[in-house]
Amino acid sequence: MEALLDTRSHVPSASQRTADDVTARVVAHQWVNAEYKHLVLDAPEPAPLAQAGQFFHLECPQAGEDRPFFRRPMSVYKADPGKGQVEFLYKVTGAGTRGLATLRVGDTMRILGPLGVGFTLDESWKNIVVLGRGVGLATLAPLAEMAAANGVGVTAIFSARGPEQVMSTERFAKTGARIEIVLDSDGSSAVENVERLLRRIAREGKTGAFFTCGSDRLMLLMQRLGRELGIRGEVALEQQMACGIGMCFCCVRNFRSGNEVVSRRVCWDGPVFRLDEAMSW
Amino acid sequence: MVDLRVTVGSLTLDNPVMPASGTFADGLAQIVPFDRLGAMVTKTITAELRGGNPTPRVAELDQAMLNSIGIPSNGVAYFVQKSLPFYRRFKSPLVVSISAPSADAFAELAARMELPGIAAIEANISCPNIEESGKAFAMNPRSTDAAVQKIRNATRLPLWVKLTPNTSEVAAVARAAENAGADALVVANTILAMSIDIETFKPRLGSIMGGLSGPAIKPIVVRMTYQCAKAVSIPVIGCGGISTAEDAVEYMMAGATAVQVGTATFLRPSAMIDVIDGLAAFCDRKGIARAADLTGLVRDAEMAVDDLEAVP
Repeated sequence: MEALLDTRSHVPSASQRTADDVTARVVAHQWVNAEYKHLVLDAPEPAPLAQAGQFFHLECPQAGEDRPFFRRPMSVYKADPGKGQVEFLYKVTGAGTRGLATLRVGDTMRILGPLGVGFTLDESWKNIVVLGRGVGLATLAPLAEMAAANGVGVTAIFSARGPEQVMSTERFAKTGARIEIVLDSDGSSAVENVERLLRRIAREGKTGAFFTCGSDRLMLLMQRLGRELGIRGEVALEQQMACGIGMCFCCVRNFRSGNEVVSRRVCWDGPVFRLDEAMSW
Repeated sequence: MVDLRVTVGSLTLDNPVMPASGTFADGLAQIVPFDRLGAMVTKTITAELRGGNPTPRVAELDQAMLNSIGIPSNGVAYFVQKSLPFYRRFKSPLVVSISAPSADAFAELAARMELPGIAAIEANISCPNIEESGKAFAMNPRSTDAAVQKIRNATRLPLWVKLTPNTSEVAAVARAAENAGADALVVANTILAMSIDIETFKPRLGSIMGGLSGPAIKPIVVRMTYQCAKAVSIPVIGCGGISTAEDAVEYMMAGATAVQVGTATFLRPSAMIDVIDGLAAFCDRKGIARAADLTGLVRDAEMAVDDLEAVP
């Protein structure tokens, strides 16, 4: 049997949340590289009010052999209340995302959100480090913008297989973030090297907090260094979901809470969690 | 104007549409006005704290969901303190789904449910019975009778009994529940199933087997609803793969007095509201004044089931 549910979680109650299932219209949908697509949607409120780290549950169309049954959870890449738009950056990997990839400009789709609990920035943090791998960077991009808007300096470390998988550096650069790229193709993405990089940034006094998404080993690295150096942080997690709004209890993960291990719903208690409480997946 | 009200035992519901247990929680209130539902049905609660089954807990199949959640529960005290006050804000009657590992434990838990804001109990007797080496109570008439009698004697609340489809004698189980004092039957829980990922050679669920739900199972449970409605005189609430008003109409024609919508809510949170609106539109189109008149409307009078042919 899994760990008991966390009954002391302090996340917002149902009455404090404002998600809705709305019809959105595709205004742009382009390949970023061989594997990733960038989707821009016109969507009514509350969708464009999404905060960094929150996600949507997307109704993915059927396409050919692919008949996705459930919706697919996807973290928001950008939300712009002024324009009334939300954006997603996703890797085409399975039935759901292959179906999603067939959407054309002008098509409509239902999106449920914004869902879950996003990133938080403490006022005492003057500089933060965000460390993402693969699609994890899509989740961290709006955090970098939120930090910049609050006058918080950002160091962004991108981990990827090769140069062609490095995405959205321009968006991070526009926020004034310092960017470090580490790659599998030249060996620089090895955990020991990323650790050296993080320690250097710490020595420069630029590690007010750690944020990570997209890699178990990088999460464990940040967690270990965070513990050693007394740096707080947050991690955005993924898990297979059915409902996305806390009803089905499919998306549970285990967390350390004090001396015990508890289970929490990624869709409801997260998807952003305290870095020190996360457990390897 | 179609009258959507239906009567389930001593309860009159504003309409026949309610959630299936396990597919409804406070989070849905962001999207669905609970006051429009015929009833609210909670996720199954247990007396004890339970963690639930290992992940993966869910798999996506063609037009179906396979799940093995395992009734994670914060216990009855947490439910009474934290969940119940939330549901009391709504006018729709609250039905509390309960489960226990033995008939006596079922009765003890049922006795604790006579609280303001609780309109009825749904006894989920599809769960394993430790006194029958883990077989579900609802798999046979004898253990159904034992459990339902004890629950009946423990509470004055309306008692709904949720049957399992994983039995060869669903009509006999339905009669046993009725004779033991059930006020209504919910037909049915999920169908025991299994799926293997042939690329990784691994079962798709962490607990290997699980329950199948969604549109794929609808014809099976429509059949069971028909069989149970023929076998008993108490109301039957149909539950299995209902996503649209047309599905609800089919269940009611087969003999259901009301319906539960489950998996469809995961795919489209407003599914129950769509079913309610669609039911009214269907009745209007067919000139049926009351939704209650749909119950048992199937035209089977001149027809007979040939048991030798129909039973594989």
